[in-house]
Amino acid sequence: MTLTARHRAYWRRNLTLTLSLLALWFLVSFVPGYYATALNDIVFLGFPLGFYVFAQGTPLVYLLIIGVYVLAMNRLDKHYGVGEHRR
Amino acid sequence: MDLKLLTYIIVGLSFVLYIGVAIWARAASTGEFYVAGGGVHPVVNGMATAADWMSAASFISMAGLIAFLGYGGSVYLMGWTGGYVLLAVLLAPYLRKFGKFTVPEFIGDRYYSRTARIVAVVCLIFISFTYVAGQMRGVGIVFSRFLEVDITTGLITGMGLVFFYAVLGGMKGITYTQVAQYVVLIFAYTIPAVFIALQITGNPLPQLGLGGTVESGEPFLHKLDTVVQELGFAAYTSSSMSTINIFAITFALMAGTAGLPHVIVRFFTVPKVKDARSSAGWALVFIAILYTTAPAVGAMARYNVHATVNSAVTASGGDLFATDSALLYEARPEWMRRWEQTGLLKFEDKNGDGRIQYYNDKNTSAGFTARAEAAGWKGNELTVDNDIMVLANPEVAGLPNWVIALVAAGGIAAALSTAAGLLLVISAAISHDLLKGVFMPHISEKSELLAGRLAAAVAVMIAGYLGYNPPGFVAQVVAFAFGLACASLFPTILLGIFSKTMNKEGAISGMLVGLGFTFGYILYFKGIFITPMAENIPANWLFGISPEGIGMVGAILNVVVALVVSKLTAPCPDHIQHMVEDIRTPRGSGLAHSH
Repeated sequence: MTLTARHRAYWRRNLTLTLSLLALWFLVSFVPGYYATALNDIVFLGFPLGFYVFAQGTPLVYLLIIGVYVLAMNRLDKHYGVGEHRR
Repeated sequence: MDLKLLTYIIVGLSFVLYIGVAIWARAASTGEFYVAGGGVHPVVNGMATAADWMSAASFISMAGLIAFLGYGGSVYLMGWTGGYVLLAVLLAPYLRKFGKFTVPEFIGDRYYSRTARIVAVVCLIFISFTYVAGQMRGVGIVFSRFLEVDITTGLITGMGLVFFYAVLGGMKGITYTQVAQYVVLIFAYTIPAVFIALQITGNPLPQLGLGGTVESGEPFLHKLDTVVQELGFAAYTSSSMSTINIFAITFALMAGTAGLPHVIVRFFTVPKVKDARSSAGWALVFIAILYTTAPAVGAMARYNVHATVNSAVTASGGDLFATDSALLYEARPEWMRRWEQTGLLKFEDKNGDGRIQYYNDKNTSAGFTARAEAAGWKGNELTVDNDIMVLANPEVAGLPNWVIALVAAGGIAAALSTAAGLLLVISAAISHDLLKGVFMPHISEKSELLAGRLAAAVAVMIAGYLGYNPPGFVAQVVAFAFGLACASLFPTILLGIFSKTMNKEGAISGMLVGLGFTFGYILYFKGIFITPMAENIPANWLFGISPEGIGMVGAILNVVVALVVSKLTAPCPDHIQHMVEDIRTPRGSGLAHSH
């Protein structure tokens, strides 16, 4: 295929989105570990917060990240006219 | 009705269900055999992926790991869910657009090299076989414990069943049986959890019950922490691993998850690129239902075990060290007798008082040892295996027999669904990548399909043999499978999509270095076929990273070597660069095809 300016712009937007979401993924996966003890002094829904983040918080944030990615990419596909045709 | 008969009936019914589904969804073409015809709805695929992914280890062992490691055990929980973010945003949509049948096929085409394809097949076979051996063992163990048959009989029954639907149905057959297996395993996991959460905290939702309060109004987690700490254990809500090691293990599990071939191919089965993205999200939804329940199961099962052997563990509290608090061995409940026979529960009356003292005798703080001595305790008398936390959970809580039987069916479903997925990628790698791709390019579709079925049949036999006669490393397979996937396949696929200029020399040398380094490091400390060359302790580890986490270093080496080598060798041809551009754009995706 030949690459148009539109394709390039689409790919750039895609990369920006992917990298921002991965930054968030990195933040929730690897940073709370350093502050777990301090976070445990805060109570959230009856949980020590540090414990909650590991037990339930991170999987929920992961779901949110994928959800945002799916919606944003569908919009990008449409906006740049690179989405798939209905079959 | 007695427990054994009921278990036979419920497990038997689940088998009838799987066989029925497999007959209904048998494969007629290579497209159906490898990628279920490419028309699987994203939600259905998400559910099948969840069953494919959640193995005997997730079902049986994870809650126990968390129960005893506190949230140090939740690196597994995070590592195994965070991988889906990587899959969804980095791999699944692009590989779906590529639209072929197998992972080695992508690597071979993208790097215009049969050598690359063969190296990928080697990685895939090694990862998948180590993993599947553990699954078959799991099937055998669940059978022998609940149905009281010997491990061999259990193993052969499991092999027969997987043989039937993986060989007959191919990807199409296993997709729909995996959906049925997901339903069985998720009910088996959550129903006991709901009952127990109700009993202890009055809240039917285990996820919320974990943060709820016990009868006296005290927060449950606080109560549990107090009890286990008083008995010398670390608090349930604390962790004891080094930061760098947690980081490395979490990363290796995540990238390993994203690089596991049997998980990746599930995303080849959906109709569109769009569906591949959302399907990863659905998979995580279905996985999270079990994974967020696990910490609650772990915590409540642990509380129940303590409450069983120490009568002072009640909502209102009491003296844990009083003589009368410890349970008389003669008065132990039925479930303890049953699990003692399996060896997962052991009692040794060290102080000869006929009572069970269950505490952490490794705790050497002065105050604690003084209290234990004053109470006349001469060491911990009860050894509890991690796996009991899920398997015996309903019995400990005194739930009805049908719930216990359901847990058996759930454990078997978890192991079978993963085993089938693994066997299928092995057979596809052999019939499609090696046979059609390398040795017999002109083979007809019919012969290829037959070869795929034969390869699946042989793979079932080998898996069964490995499960029956584990080569002594089943316990280490997690480190191996994830570390190798993380260090070999994941970075190579990633570079293939996000770098247009990565060439075959770079990719092949990267894969080999990543694989070789990770394999060598694990061998060095764990010694699979040889005796370990160094003691597996933190002081000996490179950068303080344990063999479970070394895949992260392997992945970094893979990328660095690939980049350096690709700079020094012939550039990637233009038509391949165009192919990469095409992969990056959803438009024009067709059904998965072989050419």
